[in-house]
Amino acid sequence: MSSSAYKSSATSPASSAQNSPVDGCSLRARDLSCERDGRVLFAGLDFLLPAGSALQVEGANGAGKSTLIRTLIGSTSDYHGDILWRGKAFPGALSVMRSELLYIGHNAGVRRGLSPMENLAWYGAAAEDAMAALDAVGLYGFEETLCQQLSAGQNRRVALARLYLPGAPQLWILDEPLAALDVAGVESLESCMRGHLQRGGSVLLTSHQPVNIQPLAKVNLADFQPQESHLEAEYGF
Amino acid sequence: MGSEAVEVSLSKKAQPGKARGVALAAYARVPGFYTLFRTELVLAARRRSDIVNPLLFFVTVLAMMPLGIGPEPEMLSRMAPGLIWVMALLATLLSQESLFRGDYEDGSLEQLALQPQPLYFPVLAKVLVHWLVTGVPLALLSPLLGMMLNLGAEGYWPLFVSLVLGTASLSLIGAVGAALTVALRRPGLLLALIIMPLYVPVLIFGTGTVQAALDGYSFGPQLAVLGAILAVAAALAPLASAGAIRISLEN
Repeated sequence: MSSSAYKSSATSPASSAQNSPVDGCSLRARDLSCERDGRVLFAGLDFLLPAGSALQVEGANGAGKSTLIRTLIGSTSDYHGDILWRGKAFPGALSVMRSELLYIGHNAGVRRGLSPMENLAWYGAAAEDAMAALDAVGLYGFEETLCQQLSAGQNRRVALARLYLPGAPQLWILDEPLAALDVAGVESLESCMRGHLQRGGSVLLTSHQPVNIQPLAKVNLADFQPQESHLEAEYGF
Repeated sequence: MGSEAVEVSLSKKAQPGKARGVALAAYARVPGFYTLFRTELVLAARRRSDIVNPLLFFVTVLAMMPLGIGPEPEMLSRMAPGLIWVMALLATLLSQESLFRGDYEDGSLEQLALQPQPLYFPVLAKVLVHWLVTGVPLALLSPLLGMMLNLGAEGYWPLFVSLVLGTASLSLIGAVGAALTVALRRPGLLLALIIMPLYVPVLIFGTGTVQAALDGYSFGPQLAVLGAILAVAAALAPLASAGAIRISLEN
């Protein structure tokens, strides 16, 4: 294991899969810490997300899940530590990573003045692919209705329909994808994510509810709380 | 702390990207300039009030002017170029605030910013549509309002041309302010404070064009300056807006 050059450079203990060629497709965080408004949200966060696997980020409200995700997609550069995509560090690797990224955030990127079909077309989907994807998320019959007339859950489904389009990018980063979905919607999304993992993709998601996909690793941000408060570190009390 | 690494055991079944990676990358792009432009046009056509409101403002306020300052034809005709230009400027400013707001709130601006290609062209597409639905109708209406304010007939054509060129510059410059204030909840006055000073040269040369024509001089030089302002704004303002959008998205 220690023969791997990649391994020796990492601060974390070895895993048995390091010599696999898919190792290059991984997203890795090393000793990552973020702070917001003077409060350290998490520190010393390490994880490895190889191709073909999923990672669920857990944590209470306000624990920093969304901040972590915004850091990983490069929306904010206010962090300490390293983020690596395919073994290359941010920010140099950011544009490469973004070209292989499908991100669905808290604001799902659904334009309310457009219909679901037009929304998917905006994301570059061909008409028949968009039709099939909307069918898969249960929006059959709503293709041409304006999104402002759809419910919150249906708007969520429009955003998630991007995951069902053929030729999805390698890395999916999903912030609360299960929010506002009904039971059938959750099951459909899980099987979609399982298919993506089998094709060698990776999924990083935040969720408060259990997600039934394999292989799934979990990171709980509560385990990476700083030991001492910001004030203690700085002023010694 | 580094020893606390969380690692995912790699399934042996997982297939590496193989040749797929290349084919897959073609998807999930926000499409090219033409599609962006068409989408913006569709959205603008569906929010008709956004188009009609600035025009209504423009027409109503100018119709009030003779009531407020008196109906003497000489005075009105002397003030007409300035009044029409100031009102066009305010009408543009009114509609500018919402330029990026909807896209910011629904997250599509973030999706655009995540694309590997620059934000220059999406911003240009939005500004172009904004100009087409506010600036061009204002310019088209202006001779009618000129007639209402007793503007000399020789001023109609310069007024129209200067408004077409000038409102395009106003839309471009205003986009910078709109991008800077997009993350604020109530940008109202701040937006005006940021971009009003930048509007001043356009206003000066816009009214100057009409005044020169009314006084019987050649108005070509003023139009040339307006064109030059537009050329500079078209090159630089989308860049500045793109940078401002990225700053706004960081918070």
